[in-house]
Amino acid sequence: MARRPASIARRLAVAITLILGAGGLVVTVAAYAYGRQAASEAYDRLLAGAAFEIGRSVSIVGGSVVVDLPVSAFELLALAPDDRVFYRIVDRDGATVTGNEALPPPPSISEDVAFYVADFAGEPVRLAAVRRRFAERAYSGAVDVFVGHTTRARSALAWDITAKALLILAAAGLATVALAAFAVRSSLLPLARIESELLGRDPKDLSPLHVDSPQEIETIVAAINRFMERLSRRVTVMQTLIADATHQLRTPISALRAQAELATAEDDPDRLRGIARRIHQRAVGLGRLADQLLNQALIIHRADIAERERLDLRTVAVRVTEETDHDLPDMGRELGLKLPDDPVMTRGDSLSLVEAAKNLVNNAFRHGAAPVSLAVAILPDGATVELSVTDHGPGIPQDDWPDSGRRFARAAGSSTQGAGLGLAIVNAVAEAHDGSLVFSRTPDGRFKAALHLPAAGGSQ
Amino acid sequence: MIRHLPAALTGLAVALTMTMAAADNRVVTVGSAWDDSRQRLSIQGSTDIEPFLPVLEAFANRTPGLAIRYEEILTNDLHDRSTQACRDGKALADLLISSAIDLQVQLVNDGCAQPHVSPGTAALPDWANWRDEMFGITFEPAVIVYNRQLVPPGQVPRSRFDLIDALRPADNPFLGRIATYDIERSGLGYLFAFVDAQHATTFGRLIEALARNRVVATCCSADIIDGVAEGRYLLAYNMLGSYALARALVDPRIGVVAPADYTLILSRAAVIPRRAPRPDLAKRFVDFLLSADGRRQLAEASLIVQVGGTESEEHPLLSAGASTLRPIPFSPALLVGLDRQKRRLFLDLWRSSVTHGTD
Repeated sequence: MARRPASIARRLAVAITLILGAGGLVVTVAAYAYGRQAASEAYDRLLAGAAFEIGRSVSIVGGSVVVDLPVSAFELLALAPDDRVFYRIVDRDGATVTGNEALPPPPSISEDVAFYVADFAGEPVRLAAVRRRFAERAYSGAVDVFVGHTTRARSALAWDITAKALLILAAAGLATVALAAFAVRSSLLPLARIESELLGRDPKDLSPLHVDSPQEIETIVAAINRFMERLSRRVTVMQTLIADATHQLRTPISALRAQAELATAEDDPDRLRGIARRIHQRAVGLGRLADQLLNQALIIHRADIAERERLDLRTVAVRVTEETDHDLPDMGRELGLKLPDDPVMTRGDSLSLVEAAKNLVNNAFRHGAAPVSLAVAILPDGATVELSVTDHGPGIPQDDWPDSGRRFARAAGSSTQGAGLGLAIVNAVAEAHDGSLVFSRTPDGRFKAALHLPAAGGSQ
Repeated sequence: MIRHLPAALTGLAVALTMTMAAADNRVVTVGSAWDDSRQRLSIQGSTDIEPFLPVLEAFANRTPGLAIRYEEILTNDLHDRSTQACRDGKALADLLISSAIDLQVQLVNDGCAQPHVSPGTAALPDWANWRDEMFGITFEPAVIVYNRQLVPPGQVPRSRFDLIDALRPADNPFLGRIATYDIERSGLGYLFAFVDAQHATTFGRLIEALARNRVVATCCSADIIDGVAEGRYLLAYNMLGSYALARALVDPRIGVVAPADYTLILSRAAVIPRRAPRPDLAKRFVDFLLSADGRRQLAEASLIVQVGGTESEEHPLLSAGASTLRPIPFSPALLVGLDRQKRRLFLDLWRSSVTHGTD
């Protein structure tokens, strides 16, 4: 079963849900804590107000404590409408003057109001204690007032505050989700544009994409464009390869056909033998050309896909000399080799590089003038290494240098030997290695074709 | 409802065998035979048996197999016993109905009640429902009762101001012939007086005027209203309207006025004790009392009084209308009057006024 690719929208939804969930939990707890505190403060004021009012109603009559309990204090307490109310007034000896004798006193009492909580008559009760001091002739000391009520109204208010906070939170959460959905949709819009741009494109059109896109998406567009460029290059190379091959094969095949036609009309055995010899020569040449074409197509293909490894350009040069000697035994021409003492390291596919260098060497032998020499060097900048082939021939006219690697079929296509094809291969290999094919003329007038490659720093 | 007829008849028969229980307490049983029934609802209340009996029967008749035992009990006894039962972890009855709403508030405040929420209780106004544990089931004004034959219509006081004015002349006819509850002995009289004291600054002037005219502070609605009917008193202040109106319906000598400055409204409070053996039946009875049927029954018993409208044969109440009604809310504020010091101070004030006046 194929796994469905992950959706950005779903991932974002999960992430937002998690964030909102965790945030919601925190806010809920915070809102409830705040609600409890706010409710507690509000009702504590009520309690304190009632306690102070009762405290003010205390008087000393004939040496004993008299409390004229004010109704208004209880009306204040009745603002928490469903809560039971308890009170107790205690004199300096700890005796209850009036009220509920079982009501517990606070852990400590000060001149100011003290709040405390107790379990009383089956329910939690919040209490306020107020102390009033008397300094009368008949009574010197304090009278303590304890007033409490159950906590229903507090809880109700706390929940009410929490519920309202949660309502706002829920609204904010929904808004966030809606905005996130909108943001995701609009930020993914460029992808849809890229898609439609690609789908709507002519299959042969490999030009770069021009899509209006934000930074994040720009990298994707750039990657697509890089890929398209490579694809375009390969397609161009292949197309020209095929065009060149067709062109190059056509001439020898026509010649073969002409010789064969001659042979059918020829009765003289000596002449026939001569024709047969020419046919054989042509056929051998044609075979070699076909081999070369296939070999070179392979190299171009390889250069793009082969694994690159660290290698010493000197070994490439040595292999080129060995194989050139083997390839061109009948030419009998010398190939000079100039190698430095230190390794010249680069990163690449050695087979492609050897083939590219062989092409340069072959071109020099075919079109240039001896002596031909093959050299390897590190350029003065240290970041580039060079494999160059020099000869004494006229070389490619300077006007054609920029185009030589690309438009080989036209520039050098007339040659039956396929020099242009060779340069195209070299150029393809160079580009595949992030390098370039560079032509130049040495101070002493020799023509130099060089393959420049990035150095693979350090020694082995 | 033919099949309920035997039950109704038994109920009636049992009701007729009304018995005198120990002391003053009177007990009545309606519905099925008490000993045989599995559905036994026990109620203790301060309401007289006679007006309340039809209400009990109406409920018993609609509940087959139900037996109701109603015990009439004085408010203070009801409170003392139910508080003691609560302390002992028991219940006096399944339902306690008392006109002493201050004592009922205290009972609930002591945590001796259990809550009941139903559409009926939810529909109660805030002042008649405290904590969903105390429900106002009646609507009874505090009224002035007068003798129609002895007080000419022009002299009937319509408000407390009228009353004070009428009592001002030294030779006024009310001298020595005006009565009110003895608030030291009557819990209801104390409650009315205490709430009066909070409602108006007229209170001081009023008790002073009453005292000056040698008000007779005595006990019990029935005695006072008998006295008004017989002409011993011309007028009685702060009487419970339900009794007065029930009497006025059958006795043309009795006239009733709901004071036009403000009319206190008392609603008898029903409380289901926390440890009631059959709270389910008690809740059903409360819901019945709050239902349209129950309210009609209570209205017929003059326990729900329609205030307003015009005075007539069927409705002998002179009143200024609904805007002057001041229901006494079920609230912890009623606890103040029960505070032993506050009560002593208030009674001292009362006593000094009344006794000085009578000197």
